[in-house]
Amino acid sequence: MRINRIALFLKGCARLVTSGGRWYWAWMALLGLMILVGAAGYARQFGRGLIATNMRDQVSWAFYIGNFTFLVGVAAAAVLLVVPAYVYAWKPIKEVVVLGEMLAVSALVMCLLFVLVDTGSPQNMWHMLPFVGTPNFPRSMLVWDALVLNGYLLINGTVVIHILYRLFNGKEYDKRIVVPLVLLSIPWAVGIHTVTAYLYAGTPARPFWNASILAPRFLASAFCSGPAILLVLFQVLRKTTKFPISDEAISKIAEIMSYAMFVNLFLLAAEVFKEFYSATEHIVFTRYLFFGLHGHRALVPYAWAAVICSVVAFLLFVIPRTRKNVYTLNLGCLLIFSGVYIEKGIGLVIPGMTPDTLGEIYEYTPTVNEWMVAAGVFGIGFLVYTVLVKIAVPILDGRFQVGMDKPLEVAPEGRPAH
Amino acid sequence: MSPRRPPPLPVVQDAESAEAAPLSRRSFLQVAGGAVAAAGLSACEIEGTLRRHFKELGKPELAKILESARREHEKRFGAKDWKVGAEAARPGVELGYGLDLSRCIGCRRCVYACVKENNQSRDPQVQWIKVLEMDKARGVDIMEADPYYEADEVPRPGKFYMPVQCHQCRNPPCVKVCPVQATWTEPDGITVVDYDWCLGCRCCMSACPYGARRFNWAAPGIKAEEVNPDIHLLGNRVRPKGVVEKCTFCIQRARAGRYTACVEVCPVGARKFGNLLDPESEIRYVMENKRVFVFKEELATHPRFYYFYAT
Repeated sequence: MRINRIALFLKGCARLVTSGGRWYWAWMALLGLMILVGAAGYARQFGRGLIATNMRDQVSWAFYIGNFTFLVGVAAAAVLLVVPAYVYAWKPIKEVVVLGEMLAVSALVMCLLFVLVDTGSPQNMWHMLPFVGTPNFPRSMLVWDALVLNGYLLINGTVVIHILYRLFNGKEYDKRIVVPLVLLSIPWAVGIHTVTAYLYAGTPARPFWNASILAPRFLASAFCSGPAILLVLFQVLRKTTKFPISDEAISKIAEIMSYAMFVNLFLLAAEVFKEFYSATEHIVFTRYLFFGLHGHRALVPYAWAAVICSVVAFLLFVIPRTRKNVYTLNLGCLLIFSGVYIEKGIGLVIPGMTPDTLGEIYEYTPTVNEWMVAAGVFGIGFLVYTVLVKIAVPILDGRFQVGMDKPLEVAPEGRPAH
Repeated sequence: MSPRRPPPLPVVQDAESAEAAPLSRRSFLQVAGGAVAAAGLSACEIEGTLRRHFKELGKPELAKILESARREHEKRFGAKDWKVGAEAARPGVELGYGLDLSRCIGCRRCVYACVKENNQSRDPQVQWIKVLEMDKARGVDIMEADPYYEADEVPRPGKFYMPVQCHQCRNPPCVKVCPVQATWTEPDGITVVDYDWCLGCRCCMSACPYGARRFNWAAPGIKAEEVNPDIHLLGNRVRPKGVVEKCTFCIQRARAGRYTACVEVCPVGARKFGNLLDPESEIRYVMENKRVFVFKEELATHPRFYYFYAT
């Protein structure tokens, strides 16, 4: 009986995913293309080695690890929905919390893939497993990171699947399963970004990273960029599906974001003050980032763009009129997303290694091969999210439930009903 | 003994420069250097991937691995007097190194002797020693250091030279961060890498304050006639691509009671090497009688590599 139900569920899911309008298939084709490009890039990189990238001994982590770091923040941000939804049982957010958890799942998939594509000998990845391998636990921060990221993926994956499957069967979720998992996921979300920050902060060889403020900064920026993606997604879903997302939910998230943006800018200012006022030999990294060093200025425009994006976004979010206006709100989301993406993706990893530990400046810019691989990883991540949303939305609005024979013909996707 | 002011010597220029290499040699390297099959893994890599961690290997297992490594090298580089070993640390030995900054003239002979001895990749170039040229007026200021100086004659006026290589720390940050324990410090103080166990995540390269670790961004290219057949499994065996390597104090020499290649080649005797536990050793003499300092001592890595000024 239960097996039948699961089979029915899976069959229904498959049918949901394989049916959609023209735009849906165009989107899926685009993702497929990105994944193909990524696969081609990775095949080339795997064959030749990481020389296919522009990373070298001086800058030995770069674009991949920057993307990884950014996406950990996106995954951690789901907690901003989890707290109001489950701890305070606030209805407008509770209706959409599963979308945040699904975003966390897709972001984690991308995080793990970015680490995988960055390793030189991925066939040795199993050496990190307990029992069969020799994980350097508890000393190595990368082992901790693998542990918390996989754990967070497991927690969120379980919650999402459980809630959806129960709703599919016409039942509310089982509190005995969901409540402990969700409560666990709150400190865990903080944990994934903290451990990722420690991966950098724990290296005194790189003074730019070796700051106690790094983990708080990571969290603050995560609570800006993650919800920015969610706000835009909510509006897209509101337009393309009948899924009910209230204005209240959106404005509450926007309000929380404005606090996060303030803290983010404040911590940045604290760091910048400390660096420039003390002006020790450690200032070279910050100086390279914002002003260039010995004529090497590759990051300067990005660094200032990130600061301008973050400041303008903060102003748009802190003024109630612009926060409530849909256009300025979306502009703010775009700006803060870009700001944090530059800050984490480029402005953290690369200046940490430029100049290198012996004072050498190697100016890094990603190769086409790195862009290809990154496109593939993003393609896979977006595909995961698309599939999850495609299944979740009809379940959440009650169109896809057990007993309904052909759920898809009840309400076709793709166009708003009104 | 040696003159106070050593005679000028020509700097050893980069004879192996990839840019300068004629095309025919390049294509030759691709064959003889055995750039591992363009896609997929070589038999050696697969075998390496499936074995246990070096420290967990039993004697018969280790013997088998040494034999297959010997065969692999022979297959790739032809018949030679191959000696592939994994000699263990000797009891009562802790190796230490001294570098006399007042003698070093920056000729880079150590860099190339090391490459030759330790089978580093020639294409792309991998070097374990980096010589920094600095202004006498500024002292040790790495932000102003030039690792790519070119000169007809060294030492150049107003400059001094500071070679940097693995400091074999007593508190090695690289070992701490390795997620798979692929790098560790041996009882005689040498920090080694198990090349078959390394994941290539490069955490250790982020952690090393001395820029001592090198990554095999591509499969190492070495001409058959240039390979040193005296090999230690944790040292100068030819590396697979995608793993980290570093100076091992010439483990294949040090454990046979010999000087490292860089010590032997140094024309001005700036390099001292020996057993820190032996009160009669040269390195102990240096430590007790000269003004010794360690590089970046504020990081508390406690190197076994000391700089000193003999004059």
